[in-house]
Parts: sequence; structure tokens; C-alpha cells
Amino acid sequence: MKSQYMIKPMTQTTNSELNNSRRRFVFGASAMLALMSTPFPKNAFANALSQSLSQLSGKVFDLSIDYKMVNFTGKSARATVVNQLLPAPLLRWKEGETVTLRVKNNLDQDSSIHWHGIILPTEMDGVPGFSFDGIKPGETFEYQFTVQQSGTYWYHSHSGYQEQTGLFGAIVIDPATPDPVIYDRDYVIMLSDWSDEAPENIYAKLKKQADYYNYRERTVMDFFSDVNKNGLANTWNARSMWNNARMSDSDISDVTGSTYTYLMNGNPPQQGWQGLFEQGEKVRLRFINSSAMTIFDVRIPGLKMSVVASDGQNIQPVSVDEFRIGVAETYDVVIEPEVDNAYCIFAQSIDRTGFTVGNLTSDASLHALIPPMDPRPVLSHSDMGMDMSGMDMSGMDHSKMDMGAGDMSGMEHSKMNMGGGDMPSMHHSKMAMGGGDMPGMDHSKMAMGGGDMPGMDHSKMAMGDGDMSGMDHSKMAMGTAKATVSGLGLAGFGSNNEIKHIDTEFDPQVDMRADAPKSGLHDPGIGLRDHQQQFNRKVLTYGDIKGLHPTYDTRQPSREIQLHLTGNMNRYMWSVNGVKFMDAAPLEFEYGERLRITLVNDTMMTHPMHLHGMWSELETGDADFIPRKHTVLVQPGSKISYLVTADAKGQWAYHCHLLFHMPGMFRKVVVK
Amino acid sequence: MNKTNLVALGLLSLSASLTSSAVFAGGNDDPLLTKVMLDQFEKGVDPQDPTQFSAQAWLGYDLNKLWLKTEGEYSNSDKQDLEIQALYSKPIAPYWDVQFGIKTDIKPTPNRNWAVIGVQGLAPYFFDIDAALFIGEQGRTAMRLSAEYELLITQKLILTPEVEVNLFGKDDAELGIGSGLSDVSAGLRLRYEIVREFAPYIGVDWRQKLGNTADYARNEGEETQETQFVIGFRAWF
Repeated sequence: MKSQYMIKPMTQTTNSELNNSRRRFVFGASAMLALMSTPFPKNAFANALSQSLSQLSGKVFDLSIDYKMVNFTGKSARATVVNQLLPAPLLRWKEGETVTLRVKNNLDQDSSIHWHGIILPTEMDGVPGFSFDGIKPGETFEYQFTVQQSGTYWYHSHSGYQEQTGLFGAIVIDPATPDPVIYDRDYVIMLSDWSDEAPENIYAKLKKQADYYNYRERTVMDFFSDVNKNGLANTWNARSMWNNARMSDSDISDVTGSTYTYLMNGNPPQQGWQGLFEQGEKVRLRFINSSAMTIFDVRIPGLKMSVVASDGQNIQPVSVDEFRIGVAETYDVVIEPEVDNAYCIFAQSIDRTGFTVGNLTSDASLHALIPPMDPRPVLSHSDMGMDMSGMDMSGMDHSKMDMGAGDMSGMEHSKMNMGGGDMPSMHHSKMAMGGGDMPGMDHSKMAMGGGDMPGMDHSKMAMGDGDMSGMDHSKMAMGTAKATVSGLGLAGFGSNNEIKHIDTEFDPQVDMRADAPKSGLHDPGIGLRDHQQQFNRKVLTYGDIKGLHPTYDTRQPSREIQLHLTGNMNRYMWSVNGVKFMDAAPLEFEYGERLRITLVNDTMMTHPMHLHGMWSELETGDADFIPRKHTVLVQPGSKISYLVTADAKGQWAYHCHLLFHMPGMFRKVVVK
Repeated sequence: MNKTNLVALGLLSLSASLTSSAVFAGGNDDPLLTKVMLDQFEKGVDPQDPTQFSAQAWLGYDLNKLWLKTEGEYSNSDKQDLEIQALYSKPIAPYWDVQFGIKTDIKPTPNRNWAVIGVQGLAPYFFDIDAALFIGEQGRTAMRLSAEYELLITQKLILTPEVEVNLFGKDDAELGIGSGLSDVSAGLRLRYEIVREFAPYIGVDWRQKLGNTADYARNEGEETQETQFVIGFRAWF
């Protein structure tokens, strides 16, 4: 094990010129910014050879948006930057303070800045057409709002494709009360994807040839090797579904490493980012995925990561080896590195076409080895939301159940307190599982006493789409056998409603409908599902996330909105319920109401869905500690539910945060 | 409905959608785009072999496109083929477009004009299909079916088998076309995509005239079957 993290003296062979010029501009900018910023003691950034983020703190910030020529690939290309920096400066705020941000647009086109995940008045949200008219060329817009939260967030342009060309930066808000997270030093780790191609051209190419950037299509060679391995008949059968569907099982990312260079804090992989720590320090890493199109899988070989916050909000710490971070999500982890060692912060793209790295060390001369990328994921039938009810599940031993997608990890029969109980008719073995989703079914709290449940016949349970997430046995009144399964389902446990595809989903712009979507809650996601068995890595799932703070709004949802994420990969069209934003009526929330949104992913892509202005309270199976998120990954062919308290009047954007999906897969939300 | 009306209708709906673009918070999901595809541009290896091309272009939006198709062949000034189609293309299913418009055969002379209705799309098992019905003057009708498949040897080395058949409703003696199944052709091209947009290829092309068309050819002292090896390139932008 140790040899993998062998240390070697750092050789600075490549990009020394680039390095120098980059350092110069960083220092130059910092000097300029130092005039108006007071450094925060906890955030003393190490002097790394690579570029680190420049920080601005205080209450008043002057940000200027400009074009700037950058070079990440050996070729010069034009970026859109803030204060001449890519990433834009890290803004450090303090909870409870009122911040003023004067943003000047020096571009020859409209611009804007959206404060991602920040709870603020609608007119400060920075979405052109919703919050304001955008910032015209040469104009300055003054944002002002009171910071009501703490944690790790970010900001980015909401105009055109400026986010792809570098217009993004980190926000760290220090809490007004003592931070429940104990750490000695913190770093922001900002992940992004850079292309020398103009984003308009990337989008146009995808419209003209949707698999333009996919150089992993199946070849004749793959076919022959599969035939050798599995025989002709099996290979043919396995292929026939994809062939009939005219879809590709290698279609993981629309835009890949064939055009992207992945950056960590603005450093390309050959250069890397570097962070230093000292003996005995607990280091808090604040990961932000500010990519346009790239979902990353992050790990630090040799270190356990304690995940302490998700989307800025503190969670009950979860110890993991690896986590997936969707576009726009943030995760804070605390690590305890050993002195005289170097660790590689390794972030590989979901499709394994590239990665970006950081070097975390106590000694700048030590450099961790970069691990190889993991095997690339291949999509399966379940990623199309296909009905697996034909699957024979009888005789399955629940205690050793290995579900692949891991959809039953919340079902804890092992802790069932049976007392002297008698359950003769409880036939789990005959249960028709449908999509096989039982996340909230927690038998562990079942108070059986000396009880007798002769009538409880699970074998006849109609499972439909296989969703029992709201079936909370702990609150089941046994004597009167009160039904809790019907209706909306309890807060914290997700939806009970059946999956319905409306008429607009049957038009040419929709190429797939998930008929039996499973829950994405306990699914680590494509390409990560076998990492526990294969590499003994614990991978974070949404099911692991419980809020640190008790649920803020304990009301039950009064209604549920089911939205289907739809698209046509071949035509490269994206929509919600088959209707693109331009043709869609706004979603209306009533001010003050508590509602549930259930997202059903009728595509084979993983979509990070972002609701502005209000929290997305992810129903992860614990009603008392529902975690708050601003961006929620919806797994392919899967569904997921969250609760929303409509406590912010105004017009809000609600969209997929993959930049080239966003124009179509977008809704206006009106709270009135 | 005559063909002029059909085209007018197509252009009208295209222009209607041309004016409906606007700027949104998330950007324009459906910009006006053009794609020009030179699918084949090739020369037979034998000096007597013709130079041949086949190209398509579209202009428009996700759901409304003006689609042009042209193909031609040049052996010498007496032996030329050139046809152009102008079509309005609209999706009817996730993988299928219906197309209608006009086709004009400029060479050989006398030239012929046709109204066109067809479907183009991707069939299960990834077959690219183009099937069209042509309705001409004086009761002439014709049909063309073509299918193409892309077999990836590697990500950049791609083998493309294709077949095409042509049928005609009645004899056209002036052009040496007989009624019924008139010709079938098959090609096999191996291209290397230096970049996605440009790929040189080598290939073999086989054509067989059939039925009355073959009789006309024999009467003119022409071959009814041709096989040629070709080199060429494919490009798009």
C-alpha cells in the first residue's frame, strides 16, 4: 500500500514559464486586492508553486468582469474572468453581515453573477430575465443582501456560456456562532473543465453530431472480445437492447476529455494544485464543482475523508473513501494527513476521460504519485429505468443482499427487534419488487414486543413501481392497523405516488421514458457501484447524508409535483416533461407552502438539478434530520424526492446545471 | 397539393421559426444552425472511372429544417449526372424525420422534375435509412431506398457498407430508364477520421442495372454492371 504513495522530489520540468507568469499575475492581483481585503487568519493559504485562489474578504467587494487570454493547453484562448482571475477571487463573508458587491461588466456582451446556493431576495439572485435585466456592457450592478447562512458556496455568470469560459469563483461564509466542524486549516478545492473551443461551437457540434466528443463507442473489436468471453448468443442478446433503442452504453458525458482540460483551482493536471499542512492539523477541504459539464469522482488515496457538509450545510459526519460531486454541488471534508507524507487529491471525470489533481503535503518538496483512473463506466439496463420485475428474487438472503445499485441499503432487517414475536405470514421472499426500491423501509424501529402479526402478508403487497419509501413501520399502529402507505408519503421518506408520463413526453423530442425508475438515494452512481467490492472503498451516497441541524420545517408536504427530466440524445434536445423552457408555463408555488418535488430521470445522463432561492431538502430516510441541498443529482433512469418550503417570494430559476442541458431543461418557478 | 405549394409551406414554417428566437436566462436552446456534409467525394482508380460526389446540407432548428441533397457524377461531357433536392424536414418520431419538397434532375437531359416525400432517420441496429417517393410530370413515379451502416473498427477507422435501390413507375426511353426495379448499387468504404470533420477513404462501388433499364443499356452498347475501386474523402462542417 505504502509504495503507491511513494514520495519523490518534485521536479519542475514542464510549464515553468507558464508557472512563472501565472504566479506573477496571482501576486500582482493579490497585491492589488490586498488594499481592500483583510486576510482571515484561518485561511492562510500555503505558498504553493501552483496557483492558489486569491481571497477577498470584508463587506464591500468590487468585481470586474473582463476578457483575458489564458493558456491551459499550450494554446492561447479567450476566457471571461473576474478581477483578471480564473477562478474568480474567493469571497469570504461572515454570516449575519450585509455584503455589497459592485460588479462591473467590461465585456462586449451582457453578463451577470448568480450567487449559487445563497438565500437572498429574488432581485439579487442574478438571473437575467428573472431577477433583473442583466448587466449591460460597461455598466455596474450593485448587489446587496444580508448573509443568512454559513458554509461553502460559489458564484458564476448566468449569462450565455460565460461559466464555461471561466466566470466562476468560490464563496466561503464563516458562521456567526462557533463552527461545529473542528479544523485547523481549510482550503477551497475548485474543480472545473476548460476547453479552448468556444462554448457556442461545442453546443453546435453536439446538435450536429451528438456523439462528437465520445471516442469510446463500441467497436468491432469489443464485439469479438465479448463473443470470446460470453459467447455469441449472450453478446447478441446483451447488445440487442441497445441496438433497438439506438443508444450507446458508453454515453456517459456529452463533452469529454477530448476537448476538456480539467482544472483544480485553475491548475491543469500537469501542473497541479498544491496545499501545505503542518503536523497534527485537521484540514478542511471545501470541494466545489464549478464545471460546465463535468461530474467528478473525488478521492485522496491513503486518507479517509469525513464528509461534514454538503452544499454548504453541515451534515452528520460520514467517513468515506470516495465521493461523487455533481456540477454545482459542494462537499466539505475533514482529513487528518500524516506529516512527512504527500497525498494526491484526485478528481477523475465521471466518464474517466480525464482528471485533475492536487498535492497535499507537509513538505513542498514531496509529491504524491497520481493514481491511475478507474475503469470507465458502462451503462446498464437499469440506467434506462427498465422494469426488473421479471428478476427472480425468491430465496434471497436479505442479510447478504447485494443489489448492485444498492437500493435496499436502508432496509435493516438485521436490527429488527422481534422480541418473542411471531410473524408466520411475513413472506419477504415472494415480494414483487418492481424497481426494487425500499429506501425508507426501516424495520429497525419496529416495536414488536411480544406481538403477533399474522395478517401482515408482505407477499401480497402490490409494489407497483417498487417504491416503499414512505412505509415507516416505526409509526405503524399495530392494533388498529392504520394505513400510512397511501397518500403522499411521510416527510423524509420520499414519494409514494405512481410514475406518470404525460402526453408531451411522447413527442419526437423525447427518446426514453423510465417505466420503473428506481430510487437514486442509495445508488453511488454509474461507475462507482462496484468500488466497495472491487477496491474496498466506501463511496458516499445520498442515503448517507443526514442533516446536522434538526429538520427546519417539520410540516408534512401538502402536495407533490412530479417532474420528468427528458431529452433526445441524438437530436441533442433537453426538456422537462418533454417541454423545453421556452414553451413551458412557470411552476407556481404558493408562498409558505411545504411541498415535495419528485424528479424522475427519463434519460441516461446524470442531471444535477438546481433550484434557486429555496432549499431542496433531500428525503434521505430520516424525518428528523433532513439535509438541505441546492443541487441534487438525479441518477440515470432513477427518481429522487425532496421537500421545499416556498418561503421566498419572486421568480426563481430551476434547471439542470449541465450548461448545455440548461437552456432546455429549465423551468421558471414563481412563488406568490 | 402540388409541389410548389408543398415547398412554399415548408419554407413558410421555416421562416416562422426563424423569427421566434429570443434570449433567455439559460441561453438559447435552439440556435439557427447549418450543417454541410460532403458524404462522398471520390474518383475511380481507373482513369476512365467517373468522379462522383454526394452531399447534404441543412439549415434550421431542432424541429424545422430546410434540407438540401445533391449528388452527381462526371465521366465526360456526354456522360454526366446531377440532381438536387430541396426539402423541408420535420421530426415525426425520436429518430425519424419526414421530408418533402422538390427534386430536379439537371443532367442528363432532358431534365426531369419531381415532387418528393420521404423519411430519413435511424432504424434499430443503427441503420441510417433514407427512403423517398418521387412524383414527376406525365405520371412518372420513382422510389429510392438507401441504407447505410457504420462499423467501427476503431474509434477513427470506420467501415461503411451501404446499399441503394431505385424503382420507376414507367419507362423513360429518352433517359434509358425502364419501369420496375431499375438499378441496385452497393458500396463499401473504409474511412479514417483524422478529425471528426474530415476523413479520407478508400472503397469499392458496385452497380447493377436491372430489367428494362438493363435492356436499354445493352441496346446502347453500355455495360449493365460496373465495379470500381475509389479513393475519396468525407467532410462536414
